[in-house]
Amino acid sequence: MKFDTVIIGGGLSGMIAGITLQKAGQRTAIISTGQNALHFFSGSFESMQEPEQRVLDLFAEAGVRLHYTPGVRLMPLGTFKESALSLEDVDLFPTPAFAKKVLIVNFTGYHDFFSSFLAEGLEKQGMSCRVRFLNLPEMERFEQSPSEMRSVQIARTMDRVWEKVVQEVRVLLKDEDTVILPQVFGLQDTSVPGRIRQNIPARVIFAGTLPPSVPGLRTQILLKQRYQLLGGTYLMGDEVVRAHTHRGVVHSVATKNLDNHYVEADSFILSTGSFFSKGLVSNPFEVFEPIFGLDVEFKEDRNEWYNPAFKEDQPYMHFGVKADANLHALKDGKPLKNLYVAGSVLGDNCPEFGTAAGKAIRTALHAVDQILKK
Amino acid sequence: MKLQEYTESKHNFEECMKCTVCTAYCPVLQANPLYPGPKQAGPDGERLRLKDPYFFNQALKYCLNCKRCEVACPSGVNVADLIQSARIKYDHTPPKLRDRILASTDFMGKLARPFAPIVNGVTSLGITKTVLDATLKIDHHRTFPKYSGMGFESWLKLHRKEQAEFPEQVAYFHGCYVNYNYPQLGKDLVKVLNALGVGVQLLEKEKCCGIALITNGMSAEARKHAVHNIGQLRQAVVDKGLKVLTTSSTCALTMRDEYPNLLGVDNADVRESLLLATRFIYEKLEKGAQLKFKPGYHKKIAYHTPCHLEKMGWGIFSQKLLQMIPGVEFTLLDTNCCGISGTYGFKKENYEVSQAIGEALFTQIRAVNPEVVACDCETCKWQIEMSTGYTVMNPISILAEAIE
Repeated sequence: MKFDTVIIGGGLSGMIAGITLQKAGQRTAIISTGQNALHFFSGSFESMQEPEQRVLDLFAEAGVRLHYTPGVRLMPLGTFKESALSLEDVDLFPTPAFAKKVLIVNFTGYHDFFSSFLAEGLEKQGMSCRVRFLNLPEMERFEQSPSEMRSVQIARTMDRVWEKVVQEVRVLLKDEDTVILPQVFGLQDTSVPGRIRQNIPARVIFAGTLPPSVPGLRTQILLKQRYQLLGGTYLMGDEVVRAHTHRGVVHSVATKNLDNHYVEADSFILSTGSFFSKGLVSNPFEVFEPIFGLDVEFKEDRNEWYNPAFKEDQPYMHFGVKADANLHALKDGKPLKNLYVAGSVLGDNCPEFGTAAGKAIRTALHAVDQILKK
Repeated sequence: MKLQEYTESKHNFEECMKCTVCTAYCPVLQANPLYPGPKQAGPDGERLRLKDPYFFNQALKYCLNCKRCEVACPSGVNVADLIQSARIKYDHTPPKLRDRILASTDFMGKLARPFAPIVNGVTSLGITKTVLDATLKIDHHRTFPKYSGMGFESWLKLHRKEQAEFPEQVAYFHGCYVNYNYPQLGKDLVKVLNALGVGVQLLEKEKCCGIALITNGMSAEARKHAVHNIGQLRQAVVDKGLKVLTTSSTCALTMRDEYPNLLGVDNADVRESLLLATRFIYEKLEKGAQLKFKPGYHKKIAYHTPCHLEKMGWGIFSQKLLQMIPGVEFTLLDTNCCGISGTYGFKKENYEVSQAIGEALFTQIRAVNPEVVACDCETCKWQIEMSTGYTVMNPISILAEAIE
């Protein structure tokens, strides 16, 4: 099968590249080994730079509305982190002291939302907090299998019964100016978070839960739908096992599912992510990129990979594939002419593109620009 | 340096990072609170079961074996294989009479076919459905597939000579459904392949692929089928140098993946030669073969990717083939389970869950409002036709209809 561009890795970076290329009239395929980091998405892109208009447009066309409000966001354990570009239902504040009195509402038996930690964190900022638990009859079914009472299962129920939550919260609400709810709303019906806000007479903040992330899953579903609607071919659950390269040009890749049916393309984008999704792999001696054997920046001495203080910055998180200024992948010090690298597989290489999700977006667009220039 | 050697685990279960992504894609978890979910039933439960079989949970029977957890897993854990293997290893409850009947698709086919008109008449009667529901707990909403008087095997044997004259040959694993219930699909395949200059042969003697035996707790019987079928495939592939095609995505998945992974039957020498017919045809056309399409053909088609085809990753071949037909208006439906999962949905205790799982798919089909739904799986066809009223056609049949 032949495409104009094949994108290896179907996360944020891969889908941004795929959507942009399809819009430009290319025929593309995305090959993805299972689901991706969007399932752990906080709802806020870790990027302070102002996004290009085309980024906002791309998300809006997929049905994902973003806002750019430099400030801090509330983390799941009641701490704060600098953020700027976020999903519509994730609020950003100029300072951590964003309210005076807060009502934190959780569901009975739901252990993936840390209401008491949240309260403790907010009290440190001088806010007074009250934590209350809701008992909805619709939630009783989860008690039969409490180990699977997870964000996504609750969210599927909440799409139907969110109005009951609103009613209950209105009863609970006393003089609080702000209500905090877990991020379990608007999985399928994206209008729900907005309607909850309209119907509760206080500011409503949605705070993070343990994975899977509901806003992340929603973003994944919408971006993938948009990509497929534009005619893109998304091969989910497949894995590139081998690449065929000749004189610095990649011709085709072989995948686990398609065995001897090679996938050919004029250009390739490598957006396989970091260690979690096996874009980078390590053994006791080295860190390597498993598909093409690209050059990887890492420390020779294994003792320098880790910081024994667990919570500190870990050096291995900065390792990544080397690329030139136009994001051509480097192999044995030389650029591969039609292979571009995007997203977190780059590690801290190419720092001019920023970090984390911001980098995923910017590198994807830069790679696409190079491909379309040809 | 073979480091991986020391970190391998059966069905990759130690690769599980507890990320919970699988739980977001399990169709059963959304509909049946009694099911512990793929993470708990799969890798989490496996750690406990390895310590003590006491921890085996009967609720694993609610797993559909749709493999959507495996497609979603970012770490390559074969979650569904873990669950099905645990059922094979630890569940020694003898299957109920009903499950034996539902699982024995080829035995029942042999029995019923000579009396096809009578059997079809009887099974479609309301009273029969009521009795089956009350006695065997086969849900009365279900309609049994009709049996065909002349099996596909007998039909192809009549045409053996002319098929042998084609310069290129393939073998066809038709499966129970084509032989006993719907020979037309097999005839459609023969028409399309003949148009490409390819003649069709039968295997010397095929047996049911055995998927229903596996999921109904009859793995010993399933293994016998597997050993027999792999022997048959070897005759075709190794001795005669033929490719073997199927028109059922589940037959293909079972023989390619379930045989080695669940039943321990090695198929390494034949696996790559066992193809879904749409993949074979797509590859022929890609290499320059031509099909002559009828002028003025028009059809609005919504394509549903069956779970097992999603797992194999071959849905693209069926999709691209349909999109190649001039006059086809094509919509790719979102990937969702239809809920029937072979014999699962026929069981009374699963009926409601089965329909709840399929609802997202049914709603989308109604919204698209196609002339036909295309799909490579016979049980998806029954489920979608019963639940939406839309006609479901195998892509091969659509292709056969669209060519001269």
